[in-house]
Amino acid sequence: MPGWWTGYWRKIRLRARRQYFLGRAIRRRRALSPVANRTRAIGSGAILCFVTLRNEAVRLPYFLDYYRALGVDHFLVVDNDSDDGSRALLEAQPDVSLWTTKASYKGSRYGLDWVNWLLFRHGTGHWCLTVDPDEFLVYPHCDVRPLRALTDWLDSSAYRAFPAMMLDMYPRGSVTERIYAAGENPLDIAAWFDPANYMIRKNREYGNLWIQGGPRARAFFADDPQNAPALNKIPLVRWARHYAYVSSTHMLLPRSLNLVYDENGGERASGILLHTKFLSTFVGKSDEEMTRGQHYAGSREYKAYHSALQNQPQLWCPESIEYEGWRQLEHLGLISRGNWP
Amino acid sequence: MYAARPVPSVPTTADRAADAPAARLGVVMLCHENLDLATRMARIWAEGGATVAIHVDAKVPDAAFAAMRQTLADCARVLFAPRRACEWGTFSLVAATQDTAQALLAADPDLTHVLTVSGACLPLRPVEELIEFLSARPDRDFIESVNASDVGWAIGGLDLERFTLRFPFSFRRQRNLFDRYVNLQRRLNLSRRIPEGVIPHLGSQWWCLTVRTLTAILSDRERARYDRYFRHVWIPDESYFQTLARRHTLGIESRSLTLSKFDGQGKPYVFYDDHRDMLAQSGCFVARKIWPRAQGLYEAFPRPAQTAEPDSYMIDRLIDQAVARRKVGRPGLYMQSRFPRKDAENGKTAAPYTVLYGLAEAYPGLTEWLPFHVDADVHGHLFAETGVEFSGGRRLGPGCLSGSAAMRNLDPQGFLTSLIRVTKRRQMFQFSPRDDQQLNWFMGTDPNMRLLVITGAWAVPLLHSGMPFDDVRRAAAILQRRELDFLNILDSVWLKAQVSRWNLAEIGADPLPPLATLLETDDLPDGAPAPADLTGMLAFLDRLRNAGLRPRKMGDFRHPERSARPPIIKDAS
Repeated sequence: MPGWWTGYWRKIRLRARRQYFLGRAIRRRRALSPVANRTRAIGSGAILCFVTLRNEAVRLPYFLDYYRALGVDHFLVVDNDSDDGSRALLEAQPDVSLWTTKASYKGSRYGLDWVNWLLFRHGTGHWCLTVDPDEFLVYPHCDVRPLRALTDWLDSSAYRAFPAMMLDMYPRGSVTERIYAAGENPLDIAAWFDPANYMIRKNREYGNLWIQGGPRARAFFADDPQNAPALNKIPLVRWARHYAYVSSTHMLLPRSLNLVYDENGGERASGILLHTKFLSTFVGKSDEEMTRGQHYAGSREYKAYHSALQNQPQLWCPESIEYEGWRQLEHLGLISRGNWP
Repeated sequence: MYAARPVPSVPTTADRAADAPAARLGVVMLCHENLDLATRMARIWAEGGATVAIHVDAKVPDAAFAAMRQTLADCARVLFAPRRACEWGTFSLVAATQDTAQALLAADPDLTHVLTVSGACLPLRPVEELIEFLSARPDRDFIESVNASDVGWAIGGLDLERFTLRFPFSFRRQRNLFDRYVNLQRRLNLSRRIPEGVIPHLGSQWWCLTVRTLTAILSDRERARYDRYFRHVWIPDESYFQTLARRHTLGIESRSLTLSKFDGQGKPYVFYDDHRDMLAQSGCFVARKIWPRAQGLYEAFPRPAQTAEPDSYMIDRLIDQAVARRKVGRPGLYMQSRFPRKDAENGKTAAPYTVLYGLAEAYPGLTEWLPFHVDADVHGHLFAETGVEFSGGRRLGPGCLSGSAAMRNLDPQGFLTSLIRVTKRRQMFQFSPRDDQQLNWFMGTDPNMRLLVITGAWAVPLLHSGMPFDDVRRAAAILQRRELDFLNILDSVWLKAQVSRWNLAEIGADPLPPLATLLETDDLPDGAPAPADLTGMLAFLDRLRNAGLRPRKMGDFRHPERSARPPIIKDAS
């Protein structure tokens, strides 16, 4: 096949795929029933946060406070049939719009169809942050500049997407040792991370970088790293109606949105999602998720955790580093300020 | 049409010196958006003792303009110029400046200096300090004015071609046409004639001219002709006054009193609350751009500075670092927002490291002895096929790098570069044809690698293995093939590593040179490891040869006294 055709064919293929994902999202909108729709209150230029969750009542208070302090104006949440009071908690928040669904998480491409629909319906023209309740965004200067400063700068630089890979955080000692209580900063417990253990490859089809590694890869997937969870994410996007997330927030279509890295040696700006999965709540969660079998690749990840958790795992090792702030992450080369001094 | 307008007479230096030695400042303020902010800034200027003439872009809604007028109604020293629609990069900005300056001079003929600011410029120091500064330098024009043919002033844009090409298309709305028309003119060698008396100069559009110079520019007899020419110059607000001031000035200080820095894409840098101390220290009079929500800055400034002379060294350094980070990045870093293509890495690795090829086989006790005699982390075979051999037999290496061969092989380059980047000491590791060979080209083309090679050392473990000869022969064939491939890289013209090479026969004859090179000393400490026992090697190699496998790059075991350097051209085996 001639070279020009390869590129052209990929364009056609990806376009069809994007339209398929959007079509799915639009069709599945009926699965969502509104509990509290406050989207009328969203002003122009508001920064929106999209979340899909199930049984996260313990984590929610700190999560909401964290992102409110950063400057998120409105949360759009899909509650997948929680039974632990998450719904009541969210319903009572003045800046949360809540939908609920009993539909299958797996059947909606792990919640992505729901989020794509909400993004399609409410996200256009806004900076949209799509995260899980255990992910905390850290970006350069986040201690002194609100999220709006970042999005204004991205706007003025004509960037449409901002990358933030996941950094798995874990406690010193056993995961179950300290009990996490609602409202507590999870980073007080899960304060440690792997500084340099990341494998990067380029995904030619979608153009994104595919990052694996960290404690999950070395502890649970050392012999089978191909199947270790992906860590690359693009959670912050200035949304347009024709965009769609493809696989979690790992990659998007159109393909150009995934080109958030520089290939000529320079550094572009990037952030981190501190991933605080490994708290005391994790054991119960992984048991539940394994029996539900609603997660990616036959819940392979959760099966691996489950078998490892039987003997009180230690993710911590002497080479682990305690989190201090974004400057530390930049020094380690996990994030970069790019040309945003 | 311009010549018809009344222009105030030029106050002579003698007049000024006699009745009012203090400078009287007028401000030309150009506003395009965010009038609330501009209103606050205008008030600061007016209350500081300057006369302010404001030009509001005609594209701003009338309601916003009316509100601004209303709010500033109590300021006697504020006036508004007729509004024009402004488009970036065109003459409309110069025309607006001209109009506003004329209105300003007509309203307050006693002015001595005129400063241009935008509605988003923040005065960092009290206006009184600026007036004092200007009073001490009465005849100086503070306008950055750089000869366009001598110096590349613009970042990532046109320089002299701004004056010689035509730009009928909008840069913002018709970018494609703009670029293509510029290229076409270059190809056809088309150019405009620069009028007599115009020597193209470029510089920041934020200047502070003496009224004498400004009036001379505005009332120049040739002005209509110049305006006609500049109407088709690209971004004339960065060249009109900068060029014409050279004709009339009594003395130019080619620098701007406004702190305004551009990034690699020609976009002005934005300042935030956390830059407060740096801005205060700089002693600059005016700064742009300020993030509109940087409340801390708007509250903190203007405030008196400790220094008289502006000195923006700290800010320049901060911004230069940012430009460098964006353009070349940190060497040896591979991450989510920096993933350089091959050969665009700007440093494949972050620091120097040492690879010992075949030394562990040639000197059996080396790995135990070496860590006590070099300032480095001495690893075993990092790329061993069975797993990573980190120093001290650790299962997890520096930076939590996994000891799993599968994980390492997924991204071997990332493995090596992460290891080198995350450690503070020099990294040193063993390498041999038994290891994973994926990184050979990467390391061979990396100037940071110090490589010590003993060719043929792979045969030593085979000699003493006691395996059946058939298996030995098979293994030898594979290992020798791999070694020859590696040596091909070392002999290629692309080699960047620093390489020292010996062959096994040389080690048998004189075991000291490799160790001396490694420790960079001539007298080795006691207990240096002895070379491997090579008795029987000659017979072993003969047997391989007779089995059809010609041993190569081994050196001459039959005549060890001939062990010196291999001939350069001919194969030394």
